[in-house]
Amino acid sequence: MATTSRTAVPAADGWFTVSDRPKLLGGCCPACGTYVFPPRSGACPNPDCSSDELVPTELSSHGPIWSYTENRYAPPPPFEATDPFEPYAIAAVELVEEGLVVLGQVAKGVLAADLRIGMEMQLELDVLRRDDEHDYLVWVWAPAAPARGGA
Amino acid sequence: MAGEHDVVVLGAGMHPWGKWGRDFTEYGMVAARAALADAGVTWRDIQYVAGADTIRNGYPGFVSGATFAQKLGWTGGRVSSSYAACASGASALHAARSEILAGFCDVALVIGADTTPKGFFAPVGGERRTDPDWLRFHLIGATNPVYFALNARRRMDLYGATADDFAAVKVKNSRHGAHNPNARYRTEVDAAAVLNSPVVADPLRLLDICATSDGAAAVVVASQDYARHRLGTLDGAVRVRAVSTVTPTYPQARLELPDFATDSTAVLPAPALGFKDSIAAAAYDEAGLGPDDLSCAEVYDLSTALELDWYEHIGLCGEGEAEGLLRSGATALGGRIPVNPSGGLASFGEAIPAQAIAQVCELTWQLRGQAGARQVEGATSGLTINQGLFGHGSSVILTR
Repeated sequence: MATTSRTAVPAADGWFTVSDRPKLLGGCCPACGTYVFPPRSGACPNPDCSSDELVPTELSSHGPIWSYTENRYAPPPPFEATDPFEPYAIAAVELVEEGLVVLGQVAKGVLAADLRIGMEMQLELDVLRRDDEHDYLVWVWAPAAPARGGA
Repeated sequence: MAGEHDVVVLGAGMHPWGKWGRDFTEYGMVAARAALADAGVTWRDIQYVAGADTIRNGYPGFVSGATFAQKLGWTGGRVSSSYAACASGASALHAARSEILAGFCDVALVIGADTTPKGFFAPVGGERRTDPDWLRFHLIGATNPVYFALNARRRMDLYGATADDFAAVKVKNSRHGAHNPNARYRTEVDAAAVLNSPVVADPLRLLDICATSDGAAAVVVASQDYARHRLGTLDGAVRVRAVSTVTPTYPQARLELPDFATDSTAVLPAPALGFKDSIAAAAYDEAGLGPDDLSCAEVYDLSTALELDWYEHIGLCGEGEAEGLLRSGATALGGRIPVNPSGGLASFGEAIPAQAIAQVCELTWQLRGQAGARQVEGATSGLTINQGLFGHGSSVILTR
């Protein structure tokens, strides 16, 4: 089968927008204003708030690194690792306005040695896995322009 | 030292930790029989069984209280089965203590046992796209060591911790565990072995990260009246002074296993005490004791770096001072406040539902002066601490 006609779809429905300037999607409580990620419906997590509604909301797409690591061994399923396995970094990034720290893979080719706590990152999308018809996309953190560079 | 809300540890027993892949109830039965014998009670005397569950061993693991009651032989006693991930053992102890203090029973068996698969802990089977524990593996490959590593990296970048510091924790615990007949790893490890082991999740190496093990632990706990009757006196008896099973306070502002994100601090600021701090604080408050009163502590060293975090969370030193405390030798046997005299998870590996109970077994033996070559001299009080996935605190304070 030809592989040129795959459709790009999110690997997690409704967790981020698919565009050139992607945004994470979270929830925001219309009553107290707190945020959640991943997005969900239902009760606000603030114990002082009795709202049962969380409204889908675009979140900040950049922020400083809270901490980071690098996987040197293939994680077990349901992660679909490449064979041979290529080490990749993972970062937890602060979304300052929303007061959230959000975990994500780091863009391919950027490893732990390229990162430091406090470094500014921005959201990008990459292919998590593919089948004959789809590219399943996931959010990744990449060093904010113009400091992008993999050693 | 005594309080009306104390219960007494009458007996402790374990099955050694290892990796055999046998039915988890085999290990549990060995631990139960040992605890009963140590307590000087028969199975018929036990009025309540509090089981700590395992989720990787089928239905019997989900109903562990009944599973062990049936294995030991139905007596019509009451049971409970608790699951709180790594904190399951503390939850079971909490259940038994509550039954005793409420006057519903006098003497109870608390038991946990596990058989674990090889390698990384993976989520339980099936495609579960609404389960965050499944999704963190699928979308990010965020294994447990990834979360350990995020915390380790912060110690390095913020407090100046080094790979040598992390290795020194492993060296210390392996030295302690070499004297523990229940430990899985009983060979002393030197720093070079840690530093030459492969990186798993940067900056953590294979020997910085605890293994997964088979094992079992059990304790017999009783009311003070029952224990006085059995022992003749409560002088020198090991008492449970506190069991802390607190949850986080919103907003939980530190990224924790297995979450994709923290709670939001946009509306409410992070509480003055973070979750790990609050686990110990609740135990100290309940016991009317503080860190200066401790003779020793058993902390959950899932990684070497996490042991250093716990020094600060249980108040042995201030934030950023754990490396200094370690380097001073204070937390080694013979030091001011030995941590993980058992050898810790570094020497045991993790047998999830048994681990918090094993911590209580170790402190029981330490407080009785029965810990042999790993004895903390003159130990009179100790604290256990750990944290279960999804917000389960676990801390027990014991005194004699």
